[in-house]
Amino acid sequence: MSTEMTTTAPAPVHLGVGDRVRLWWDALPRQTQWVAGVVGVLLVALLPVLRPPVLTTVGTDFAGVLAQFGMYALLAIGLNVVVGQTGLLDLGYVGFYAIGAYTVGLMTSPSSPWNLTDDWLSREWGWLFAVPVAVAITALSGLLLGSPTLRLRGDYLAIVTLGFGEIVRLLADNLSTVTGGGRGLNQIAYPVVGQSAERPNGIFSAGNTGLPLNSGTWWFWLSLVLIVLVLVVVGNLERSRVGRAWVAIREDEDAAEIMGVPTFKFKLWAFLIGASIGGLSGALYAGQVQFVVPTTFNVINSMLFLCAVVLGGQGNKLGVILGAFAIVYLPNFFLGRTELFGIPIDGNEIANYRYLFFGLALMILMIFRPQGLFPARQKLLTYGREVYVIARRAAAAATGRRTPDTTGGAR
Amino acid sequence: MSALVLAGGQVLADGVIDFNVGALGRNFWSLTVSGLTYGSIYALVAVGYTLVYGVLRLINFAHSEIFMLGMFGQYATLMLLGFNPSGDVFQQGVLLTIVFLGVAMVGGMAVSGGAAVVLERVAYRPLRRRGAPALVFLITAIGASFVIQEFVHFVLPKLTGNALGGVNAQQPIRLVQPSTQFELFGANVTNVDLVIVVAALALAFAVDRFVNATKFGRGIRAVAQDPVTATLMGVSRERIIVLTFLVGGMLAGAAALLYTLRVPSGVIYSGGFILGLKAFSAAVLGGIGNLRGALLGGLLLGVMELYGQALFGTEWRDVVAFVLLILVLMFRPTGILGESLGKARA
Repeated sequence: MSTEMTTTAPAPVHLGVGDRVRLWWDALPRQTQWVAGVVGVLLVALLPVLRPPVLTTVGTDFAGVLAQFGMYALLAIGLNVVVGQTGLLDLGYVGFYAIGAYTVGLMTSPSSPWNLTDDWLSREWGWLFAVPVAVAITALSGLLLGSPTLRLRGDYLAIVTLGFGEIVRLLADNLSTVTGGGRGLNQIAYPVVGQSAERPNGIFSAGNTGLPLNSGTWWFWLSLVLIVLVLVVVGNLERSRVGRAWVAIREDEDAAEIMGVPTFKFKLWAFLIGASIGGLSGALYAGQVQFVVPTTFNVINSMLFLCAVVLGGQGNKLGVILGAFAIVYLPNFFLGRTELFGIPIDGNEIANYRYLFFGLALMILMIFRPQGLFPARQKLLTYGREVYVIARRAAAAATGRRTPDTTGGAR
Repeated sequence: MSALVLAGGQVLADGVIDFNVGALGRNFWSLTVSGLTYGSIYALVAVGYTLVYGVLRLINFAHSEIFMLGMFGQYATLMLLGFNPSGDVFQQGVLLTIVFLGVAMVGGMAVSGGAAVVLERVAYRPLRRRGAPALVFLITAIGASFVIQEFVHFVLPKLTGNALGGVNAQQPIRLVQPSTQFELFGANVTNVDLVIVVAALALAFAVDRFVNATKFGRGIRAVAQDPVTATLMGVSRERIIVLTFLVGGMLAGAAALLYTLRVPSGVIYSGGFILGLKAFSAAVLGGIGNLRGALLGGLLLGVMELYGQALFGTEWRDVVAFVLLILVLMFRPTGILGESLGKARA
């Protein structure tokens, strides 16, 4: 058998580096994958403690940057459900982020008329109570925006969502009796845990600046936990009937409808799930910064989130997380840096130009690699794991490599 | 604040939004006049969206930045003509002012038209060659508008020795002092209003004739209707696309000058975004792809926006425009006139 394989050697199939890594990873036993995943997450979690020499940011607190990355990663995962999985271009995603943050703010800030922490909600646990409410309200807003507009064609949808994002910001700015207008809402609740003599307000308080375990580190860890949870949920959805419907809608909406996929329903689901993840990230943001103002939720941020998704690779969950990392980390990496590997640079200047670079990156990427840096590969979703193994064998056979489980031993 | 006020002025109920019917009734005609001036500016920008959409089925998201470049183009032209920004109004006499404004408009049109053609060349053409899906075009357009904005924000001040661009708005160069010329139903009509509306109507008429009565216009309509057949009939699609971007860009440049007449301190790198979104709303309102629809939609949006502003308060003006856009798309996605560029009568 093995001789047959080598003698008839079919034309080698060209496999990119990414594909080879993917095949190797997919062929690993489930347990190994889990162990590797846990180790990987732990290594990432240790970043703010280890503070590796070159990677650590100079101008701003490294842990704070990572905490921001955590929120952006959540946003990217949520937006990826809408844009990457279902193919709906949502340019107003920042609106959901804002709704999540403002819900927490309105419920727990003393400057809000709907503050509950005076009455029956404690300052210590108010945030934890507000988060699920924020997620629910954001999901509801996704439903409200989606149900009339998701019948529109793709490019119209993009503009309507853009208008929605802008309306949310303008509402936050204009309804000043409720939202505090341009002054925003302050003293938003955050989880008060782990109080000690040097950290009187707990580890999550913005006043906790003691290195290495400052508040940024704790928020980063909290967001990592949430990211893993959201990834599990979204990953399972992707592999289910819902995920297959999303992919069908993305590839050809009319064909999907004809094949019996209730496209409107699944588009609405995608919108709702994406919105609630955005709201979760917003709630996290409100708790960390303890302060919300309308200018944080400018529409340009929507473009930035989209940039993360497109850069990373639409449809690839890990890809968009890396995209979010690039969006958050790169400008901060250059901030305050005067030299890099001995070469003098003006880091602040480079950080200033970030939108210019992101814009250029988008344009160049769309021409040469529209699928993003780490594109998603469509798998045979119905058959699950055993297909990867067969696919790997086929690929190995095609490239003429030895495959230990099919050959008898000698070549 | 926060009271529901009716025409008589009595307070009805405490609310979050002021609802002031009286202000709308009192100022109806003056609101209409300034609504029409803004509306005619929206209309000119909307034509750019509509033409490109008609020909390419593409929402040129970066068109708002083309408009913004036009503002800088006319400003630079005025500076080259020897006007330095100062707080005062330059008194040049009517005739000379019109000549200078005309030259500035040509400058703005040249910059905008040129930028639109370059944008098409650099960003969109490679995608067309590759047969990219619509989403890819839209994302490229977003990237392009980032690049153009940040170019004016950071790079332009370096190139011009801080004379142009940067974080702050340009010091206004005022050539015209707004002064009331006559009254219309009790509303003051200023010289600025007159110039804007007359110039916009003239340009709108010109572009309507261009599209509907010239050889090039026939080419544009042919490609909009059926690109393949048009190509078979000897129309060069690529050339028509360049022409479309050029015409749309030039109108945006002209609109840029008119806008700075109305809002002298609006010349800033971020000044195009909201206006572009409104102009797009105007194009959709009238029926995107439809030239006369864009003109009608622009005027309507300008007027309704100001009525809304009077009704709810100044800070709600943009909200009115966007809510209008969403409502139109929900209930009549084809817009008021609803025809496509190709189907318009020859």
